[in-house]
Amino acid sequence: MKDAFGTPQSLLVLGGTSDIALATARRLIARRTRTVWLAGRPSPDLDEAAAHLRGLGADVRTVAFDALAPASHETVLGKVFAEGDVDMVLLAFGVLGDQANDERDPVAAVRVAQTNYTGAVSAGLVCARALQVQGHGSLVVLSSVAGERARRANFIYGSSKAGLDAFAQGLGDALHRTGVHVMVVRPGFVRSRMTAGLPEAPLATTPEAVASAIELGLRRRSETVWVPGTLRLVMSALRHVPRPLFRRLPL
Amino acid sequence: MRGAERTQANATICPFVGDIVAGMPAETVPSTTLTPSPAASPASPASLASVPVTGWGRTAPTVARLIRPCTYEEAAAAVRACGARGGIARGLGRAYGDAAQNAGGAVLDMTGLDRIHAIDVDGGTVRCDAGVSLHRLMEVLLPLGWFVPVTPGTRYVTVGGAIGADIHGKNHHVSGSFSRHVLSLELLTADGGIRTVSRGTPLFDATTGGMGLTGVILSATVRLLPVETSLMSVDTERARDLDDLMARLTMTDDRYRYSVAWIDLLARGASTGRSVLTRGDHAPLDALPTRARRHPLEFRTRRLPAVPAHVPEGLLGRTTVGVFNALWYRKTPRSRTGELQRISSFFHPLDGVPHWNRVYGRSGFVQYQFVVGYDREEALRRIVQRISRHRCPSFLAVLKRFGEGDPGWLSFPMPGWTLALDIPAGLPGLAAFLDELDEEVAAADGRVYLAKDARLRPELLAGMYPRLAEFRELRRTLDPGGVFVSDLARRLGL
Repeated sequence: MKDAFGTPQSLLVLGGTSDIALATARRLIARRTRTVWLAGRPSPDLDEAAAHLRGLGADVRTVAFDALAPASHETVLGKVFAEGDVDMVLLAFGVLGDQANDERDPVAAVRVAQTNYTGAVSAGLVCARALQVQGHGSLVVLSSVAGERARRANFIYGSSKAGLDAFAQGLGDALHRTGVHVMVVRPGFVRSRMTAGLPEAPLATTPEAVASAIELGLRRRSETVWVPGTLRLVMSALRHVPRPLFRRLPL
Repeated sequence: MRGAERTQANATICPFVGDIVAGMPAETVPSTTLTPSPAASPASPASLASVPVTGWGRTAPTVARLIRPCTYEEAAAAVRACGARGGIARGLGRAYGDAAQNAGGAVLDMTGLDRIHAIDVDGGTVRCDAGVSLHRLMEVLLPLGWFVPVTPGTRYVTVGGAIGADIHGKNHHVSGSFSRHVLSLELLTADGGIRTVSRGTPLFDATTGGMGLTGVILSATVRLLPVETSLMSVDTERARDLDDLMARLTMTDDRYRYSVAWIDLLARGASTGRSVLTRGDHAPLDALPTRARRHPLEFRTRRLPAVPAHVPEGLLGRTTVGVFNALWYRKTPRSRTGELQRISSFFHPLDGVPHWNRVYGRSGFVQYQFVVGYDREEALRRIVQRISRHRCPSFLAVLKRFGEGDPGWLSFPMPGWTLALDIPAGLPGLAAFLDELDEEVAAADGRVYLAKDARLRPELLAGMYPRLAEFRELRRTLDPGGVFVSDLARRLGL
């Protein structure tokens, strides 16, 4: 169960090797989290992440989960929920793709969309149903500022996150008053493995900062969290910039 | 004719239902659900009508099916039908944390069982349903010259809740906790059967303070306290710091039946722990002025308008509470004796403001109450200093001396000092700060109060409640299917 401050005792991470997810797990383990499920494609990285969290005192188990295989989600995630209540699900999987290459390779572009969007729709619905049966729990969805307004530089990734973001908002409204709390997290540029080697955008942040914003959002039962918080203002301004001008902005 | 029994048929009362977000029968509450696929469709139609439920602190809401049984048979049927996620009894929702919540399962609103069955006017006992509130008992019993044996800071708790949390009041140093005055009770157990449980049995001791996890208390016979009037004779004095307060309490507490100290935890430096002591007893008839002697047992209460449903966050910050506390301390006379006060103003000042818990806004608040033994004054001093240094904006902090404990396995009171304070849940760093206080309390062989808890680290529980293992064992045998379960039980592994 979550305590009065929204801190979960059990955590399911979808995308178990994500830097943001692991930073969040570390933070929550330091508080109350004792059971952690890391779901992801079996890999040495996943095992290493599990071992690392175990070292912090949590009971960590890994689950083979593939965002691109939605037909398996019900079974795979059903097993996790059958083992006991999950207080928080962190939907953290996603790929950035390679915009320049993907524009010429539609199959690769579709893979980005399938991972970030359709994979999340399927996993999100499965988890939402299970949380609803529990009568409590938080579903934390890692969206991105890139989904707020598609940019020339990464609109394939951006559009997939836009879909995910809209899906999560609607899901949150559908689950209103069911005891399930859906929180959309919109980080800006995060310095992580996913963005390694990319030029840094303004207001860049770290996985630790995102983790701390998630912890605060859980306490406040927020529906939307921006990291850093100033992005909320920046993006609400950018959203209204006229297209001809927006196209020319060096974003 | 001695022992005349009077029956109250269907005592109807409507004190506001705690904080069930929509306080109405489950069937009438609309709820939003994901349109379920046929395969995952819930079995019973009632499970679609679920409502968010919180404790009085309004933190950590979870959703449950709310069922309001009005007869013992309905209660038994509800227990048999509560399904895989179990059920828990709930009274008026005054437990601060998650004791009367059950995510995804059933919550039995016991206020439908509200009959007072019999009052022994000569012997001073009452037999009533578990859903009867102490408010109702006072209304009925005071004109007959009797008072409830123990009352907490609110009258709006049910008899069942009073036993389940084994509540205490300002008279704990004299009268012990509520269970000491319970002669017997009827308990609906997991098999759907009803047992009469008498004092001195393991089931009695597991149930008193057992947070509703041994079964649903249906009725109880309670011994009462005779009173001549419905007024209190109150002595008030100020203590300039914590040492002064503890000295005064230690020296003269035994002269009073009721005793409590309000403590200003925002005061710092030399005045750390400055307090206002209010102590008193029921006023005898000859203490009343002539006019009041005509109706000495009249029970009168006043209620202000309720706090609105949406109050902005942060109303009770360090500045506002600091100013309030300073004013409260200074407006109190240095010393005053024999002041006549109503029962409601002496025991239950906050009951005058319906829904006062809303002043903390959407984030709600947490209550922290602990007790440490009499030989552990140092721990108490350290904790008070830490709270004062951390600047916890608390305007409801009270310090009290407990007397002997009662045999309930999870009963909270034990001989020593108890401090209770309320803190806005949104205060930055509060979670970690309270964890540090827990460590102090545990190191001093003290304990925290489960009826108020919403955040204790589960690992600390067994050290605080040495009979926890027996409690778990009894539950395993009595309720092997885990029918009775609450969010508190899940969180702490009770």
